[in-house]
Amino acid sequence: MKHVYLDHAAATPLDPRVREAMEPYFTEQFGNPSSIYTSGRIVKKALADARDRIAHIIGSKADEIIFTSGGTESDALALFGVMKMYGGALITSPTEHHAVLHNAEVLAKDGTPVHFVRVHEDGDIDYRHLEELINDDVTLLSFMYANNEIGTVIDLERVADLVRRVRKNRTERSVERPLILHTDACQASGQLPLDVRKLGVDMMTLNGSKMYGPKGVGMLYVRKGIRLAPLWHGGGQERRLRSGTENVPGIMGFARAFEITEESRVTEVERLTELRDMLISGILERVPKTVLNGAAHNTQRLANNVNVSILDIEGEALLLYLDAAGIEASTGSACDSETLDPSHVILALGKPYEFAHASMRFTLGRSTTAEDISYVLDILPECVNKLRAISPITVDVTSKNMSHASAFAGDGLPHWERNKKLDSGFRMQDARNDIRPQLKNS
Amino acid sequence: MNSKTQKLIPQGKYDVANPHTGQAWVYTDMVKDHFFHPRNILLEEPKDGEFDAVGEVGSPACGDMMRMWLKIDPKSERIIALKWKTFGCGSAIAATSMYSEMLTENGGITLSDALNVTPKQIMERLGGLPDRKIHCSVLADKAFLKTANTYFRNTGQHERIRTQGARVIDEDLHITDHDIEEAVLEGARTVDEVQKRLKVGIGNPAAIAAVEELIRFYVEKYYG
Repeated sequence: MKHVYLDHAAATPLDPRVREAMEPYFTEQFGNPSSIYTSGRIVKKALADARDRIAHIIGSKADEIIFTSGGTESDALALFGVMKMYGGALITSPTEHHAVLHNAEVLAKDGTPVHFVRVHEDGDIDYRHLEELINDDVTLLSFMYANNEIGTVIDLERVADLVRRVRKNRTERSVERPLILHTDACQASGQLPLDVRKLGVDMMTLNGSKMYGPKGVGMLYVRKGIRLAPLWHGGGQERRLRSGTENVPGIMGFARAFEITEESRVTEVERLTELRDMLISGILERVPKTVLNGAAHNTQRLANNVNVSILDIEGEALLLYLDAAGIEASTGSACDSETLDPSHVILALGKPYEFAHASMRFTLGRSTTAEDISYVLDILPECVNKLRAISPITVDVTSKNMSHASAFAGDGLPHWERNKKLDSGFRMQDARNDIRPQLKNS
Repeated sequence: MNSKTQKLIPQGKYDVANPHTGQAWVYTDMVKDHFFHPRNILLEEPKDGEFDAVGEVGSPACGDMMRMWLKIDPKSERIIALKWKTFGCGSAIAATSMYSEMLTENGGITLSDALNVTPKQIMERLGGLPDRKIHCSVLADKAFLKTANTYFRNTGQHERIRTQGARVIDEDLHITDHDIEEAVLEGARTVDEVQKRLKVGIGNPAAIAAVEELIRFYVEKYYG
């Protein structure tokens, strides 16, 4: 059976060249980089070399890079590290990855004011609203460069400009609070230029598993001058910000993967954009009642991301039908998530729950060919037709309103919202009400 | 790997892996058969009088919805036809397909017997479902109860109607038996876990006893 893997936003296969770069550091060069004898020094040098190569790619200094266990840890270190050190308030968006949202939730419970910037229907943030939200209490902004579900790319340079203006203004008024801009750029690697000076970010999260590198390794870029409180303490590795013996093979693989990804970035983006557009227009043509989620504009959408809501059917059922035909993708349906919550990203765009349950994400990668896309375009309509034949509902494509409250059992909210409404402090519901105040009356 | 896990996770390819947790699920051949070839689907809009009752539960907003059509032999009360449609995940489709077969096979079982078919029996016939997917599969049972009630109402047998009205367990916190049921289906097994899911602290000792009893009841009903 044909096998078409279209979930590169979840994981990418390890590049054989990356594996080769890692190989010596498992058994031959196993030394601890903190040891001062020869085998320790060899590894320490390799580590420094990897750090230099990564610094070169992102245009930073080597000692501005902290190696971590991946995207989630880097996000947590950025959020907790800054907020514990400086206090103040945090601004983020309702479409962030859970690695930011759930840590922001913990900060909120401990008393940190957390504000959510409004997002537009295409997933871009409302820059004017952001400007309004930044008061003298705000310390940290955290926005993902490119969204993992819908592929929307935000204008980071514009946010950085705003940050610079606010800083200047604060200095003039002798307001001492720093303003720090963090971005999670995991999904952007291999697709967008990641020069930190050019982007104007102060902190940037990256991980290996999205760039054909190993899982369990990532980094946080931290601009010189920013102080962080470490998440934990120990041997004092990574400038005391990340204690624990370095994951040497992982870091060597991460550096090699980043280099390879960067070398092929421009040509690969061109190739993927063409395939992506072929898939988007093919789906919209061949599958009626389908809505594209995220940005339609080329420069605002990742070259490998397709996210559509295929109305009237439930995403997990479709995922299983596709899987039976060898096609692997992902869905924002509640049934496919550990918490049984539907995609918070699709909901934050102002789309009804039905659109979230019906959302499918296809993310392309190095192995994807035009033949793969044609295969998906042949199989998908068949699967959709089968499931629509057994579906009792017809959702209006133009539907914008949240489903009517009476649709839900209990006290007029679905179970995942019911559980949250009694919670104090942080509520995703607040973020959504901000976006759609007109719904308060419905 | 102990023998229990081995039994639950057969060797070979997993059917679905949760990209967020890496958890893998394996569906039995029976589940797959019913999922890919669901039985008793209503494919064309029914004519007037073709069925004796219709019932519906859930909502597409919640991610699962079920509609059922029932045809009964008035003398024997045997189920002649049970047709359905669903907006639901793989488990909901497979479980409802199996349920419709259990009620109509060999000339159909009686309405009274049908009302005694439990979600647990459906699971047994399917060869099991992953625990967290049982949540999606109780819809058939609930939709049938509603359809049967419509039938009783249509035929004037009001005394046979079984309602599932919510029973309030804790007045102050507005916790009902439905909330407990939902929490159990989402994985809660202790009073602590239920409280965590509902985000409330139950202080009233009488309520705690009632919650414990309901947890036992629902765990037995769905997972026993």
